Amino acid sequence: MPFFPSVLHEPPTPVDGLAIEVADLTVMYDERPVLWDVDWQVPAGVRMAVVGPNGAGKTTLLRSILGLVRPVTGSITVFGRPPAEARRWIAYVPQRTAVDWDFPATVLDVVMMGRYGHLGWVRRPGAQDRERAMEALAQVGMADLAHRQIGQLSAGQQQRVFVARALAQDAWLYLMDEPFAGVDAITEQAIVEVLRGLKAAGRTVIVVHHDLQTVPLYFEWVTLLNVRCVACGPVATTFTADSLRQTYGERAIVAL
Amino acid sequence: MGFAFWLDPTFRLVAVGSALIGAVGGVLGTFALLRRQSLLGDAMSHAALPGIVLAFLLVGSRDLPLLLAGASLSAWLGALLVVLITHRSRIRPDAALGLILSVFFGFGIVLLTVAQRQPTAAQAGLERFLFGQAAMMLQRDVEGIALATVLILVVVLLLWKEFKALAFDPAFAAAIGLPVMALDVLLTTLIVLAIALGLQAVGVVLMSAVLVAPAAAARQWTHRLERMVILAGGFGALSGVLGTLLSGWIGLPTGPMIALCASGIALFSLLFAPRRGLVWAVQLPRGKRDAGPSG
Amino acid sequence: MLAPQVEIMLVAALAGAACALPGVFLFLRRMALVGDAISHAILFGIVVTFLIVRDLRSPWLLIGAAGTGVLTAVAVEALRRTGRVKEDAALGLVFPALFSLGVVGIARGVGNIHLDLDAVLLGELAFVPFDRLTWRGWDLGPRGVWVMGGLLLLNLTMILAFYKEWTLSTFDPDLAEILGFRPAVLHDLLMGMTALTVVAAFDVAGVVLVVAMLVVPPATAALLTDHLARMLGLSVLLGLASALGGYGLAYALDLSIAGSMATVGGILFALAFLGAPGHGLIAQARQAARQRRHLAQQMLVIHLLSHEGTEAEHEENCLRTLPLHLRWDPAFAARVIEQAEQMGWVVREGELLRLTEAGRQAACEIIGSNGGMMPLSR
Repeated sequence: MPFFPSVLHEPPTPVDGLAIEVADLTVMYDERPVLWDVDWQVPAGVRMAVVGPNGAGKTTLLRSILGLVRPVTGSITVFGRPPAEARRWIAYVPQRTAVDWDFPATVLDVVMMGRYGHLGWVRRPGAQDRERAMEALAQVGMADLAHRQIGQLSAGQQQRVFVARALAQDAWLYLMDEPFAGVDAITEQAIVEVLRGLKAAGRTVIVVHHDLQTVPLYFEWVTLLNVRCVACGPVATTFTADSLRQTYGERAIVAL
Repeated sequence: MGFAFWLDPTFRLVAVGSALIGAVGGVLGTFALLRRQSLLGDAMSHAALPGIVLAFLLVGSRDLPLLLAGASLSAWLGALLVVLITHRSRIRPDAALGLILSVFFGFGIVLLTVAQRQPTAAQAGLERFLFGQAAMMLQRDVEGIALATVLILVVVLLLWKEFKALAFDPAFAAAIGLPVMALDVLLTTLIVLAIALGLQAVGVVLMSAVLVAPAAAARQWTHRLERMVILAGGFGALSGVLGTLLSGWIGLPTGPMIALCASGIALFSLLFAPRRGLVWAVQLPRGKRDAGPSG
Repeated sequence: MLAPQVEIMLVAALAGAACALPGVFLFLRRMALVGDAISHAILFGIVVTFLIVRDLRSPWLLIGAAGTGVLTAVAVEALRRTGRVKEDAALGLVFPALFSLGVVGIARGVGNIHLDLDAVLLGELAFVPFDRLTWRGWDLGPRGVWVMGGLLLLNLTMILAFYKEWTLSTFDPDLAEILGFRPAVLHDLLMGMTALTVVAAFDVAGVVLVVAMLVVPPATAALLTDHLARMLGLSVLLGLASALGGYGLAYALDLSIAGSMATVGGILFALAFLGAPGHGLIAQARQAARQRRHLAQQMLVIHLLSHEGTEAEHEENCLRTLPLHLRWDPAFAARVIEQAEQMGWVVREGELLRLTEAGRQAACEIIGSNGGMMPLSR
């Protein structure tokens, strides 16, 4: 079975082979710079890890690509379009802790939200959307929990629900914020499988990641971010002790 | 006393009005509860008072739609100021809510003393907006409430999935391109409208109970938003009718009686709702406690 | 014997000051609405206690009603801990219920309690001079002065006696626990102080407007100072000012006294919100403009540094394209560049802008201070 059985909308066309192009991006919160003059390019179809210390601006970078924060300077294009116009191609997996898991909803309810973007105003999700949501749940190994209340899930299962919701979006660019944080081994494996499937289906994946050891295992591209973009490129050439030291300071060497 | 009171057309009218108010409060209160904005409803309903009196003082008429328009405007202003204060200063939401609630209410009371000095008898009855007096509802008031109820329910129904996404995960809603800010404003406007509708029967002081208690009760019985909204609307309507009935029976303002009925339903639900009820939690052995109904 | 007006003013002022003190800690602990809940719930406490002691002037009424207030705070916390409802809903459930019960009790005249619903909402300050304390036939003045004065003294003593414990347990409860200061005890003490003060102030302002006296002066003080001791002092002063100003306004225009006091408190807050040095809106706007100019300088040198010596330097770092790349309007860009030249950070080379050594150093320092990054070696 192909990873995306049905393509409901026309795929975007990468410009110069790039999914994302960011130039001179500066973002501030409360008059404090979070991203300083970032130039960044992401080739289409790669799995990219974004790593950097706390407060490096990783989440802000994702939110900028979504057009959720207003940059002070600089430009962002996603598949050649400004973020607001590119949203139908983007799926976002926020940090698991960002929502109230006691919300009255079942697993399937949440995954169905991934279809909302395609539906437009007023229209209700139909049988086709339901089917796609169930497929997405099967892809993260949670089909049998579709009708469970979300408050009863483990941390890992919650994370997989969010990933399934993103899969149900049928997007071309996946932005995931720390999907591996605090999850069990089964979930980690399931998400790795998803990343592999997305890669095979030609989708671009950007993952904010905290575990430096697994970067070379799960990703072929890496961005080292610390307020500025320290380095960005294929893992083999970019993920070096030298660039890590520039990103984290001396203590990073111990971690490798 | 039998069921003779149902035959009384005045009572029936008032009961229908109160039921609609309770239903709308329950439905919109569900969204307020899930977005952790229960107390914003309290601040907004207190903030409605100066608007009512000011509308009366400026126009000099006791025309209900006019007073309620004043109430809505000042409730909205109160909500806006809460947001402004929390965003633009170090004052945190709890203090901002308490501040707006008490200062607006105090100013409303000041205006009320001004209104009471008016030579005409027209000001009589403004005080019913404090604790509510459902018996004062006229046929056309109830017709207006019914119209507004239909309007509010249609909007909620049409924008169901948008409101659901907003309530559960605003960041995601924004990411899929929903205009989160506009939806937030719309939902707040609907809540303001529900408060304005309820003021006549429930009053500014206890209107928040109609927003919070039915929704909190409904949450205990189900883990589906669809059912929760319907249940909350039902609990709200039931509180409205029961409260009006009791209030007429023992000769008290309607507001406290409706609030008591809603609180009673909430207490019963917290204790005895299947699975989530606290009574069952006590009997289960430690470690097997279950915070929600299982699918 | 003082003139009745003076007696009323005295009681209002004492109440304003007495409420502001626990209000500061409620504010700092984000419990302002717990104060709201307590003040609503004491009405129920007054009714219940009255059924037992049958005397509206009994000191037991004060204690019984305050006890109900504390129990309310405990009940809200217990309800929240069950996980069935969130904190805001727990508050929103408990206090309307108890308040309604209290209203029903009073309106139905349980045990012939003599209170009307207006008094519940507004207080009965005007009656203060009529309720006098006598001892062996001597008139000692209005009872309200003694009760409110006593509460002010009690609150002052509690705060001064445990000043360092309050400070520590408010800002760092964990550390206070480790050092053995039992922050839970102080929490209960605060609830007790709040409830007693609110019950005593019930006559002055009723249940809703007493919230204004608890919340508004501390919130205003928080905009004016960063120091706890000064915040306490300022809150008391603001409480006094609201009470006296409100009384004056009400007296001059014949308005509700409690309502005027809340209104004056609100006006004082609005003034501070706009004009407070440092935290006010106007000061913030000024500082933001200054910050924007400062950041623009930094952004300029960092941008120049980023592209220095690269192929794109002539495209990125030239006068013509800079406003475009940094999204500045040309006039703003011209001013920023001019200032940067004056500071000796950049020099013009025809169309190209170049960093001076000082500018390069400044850029490296900025990067270094924003996330512990070292300058890139080229």
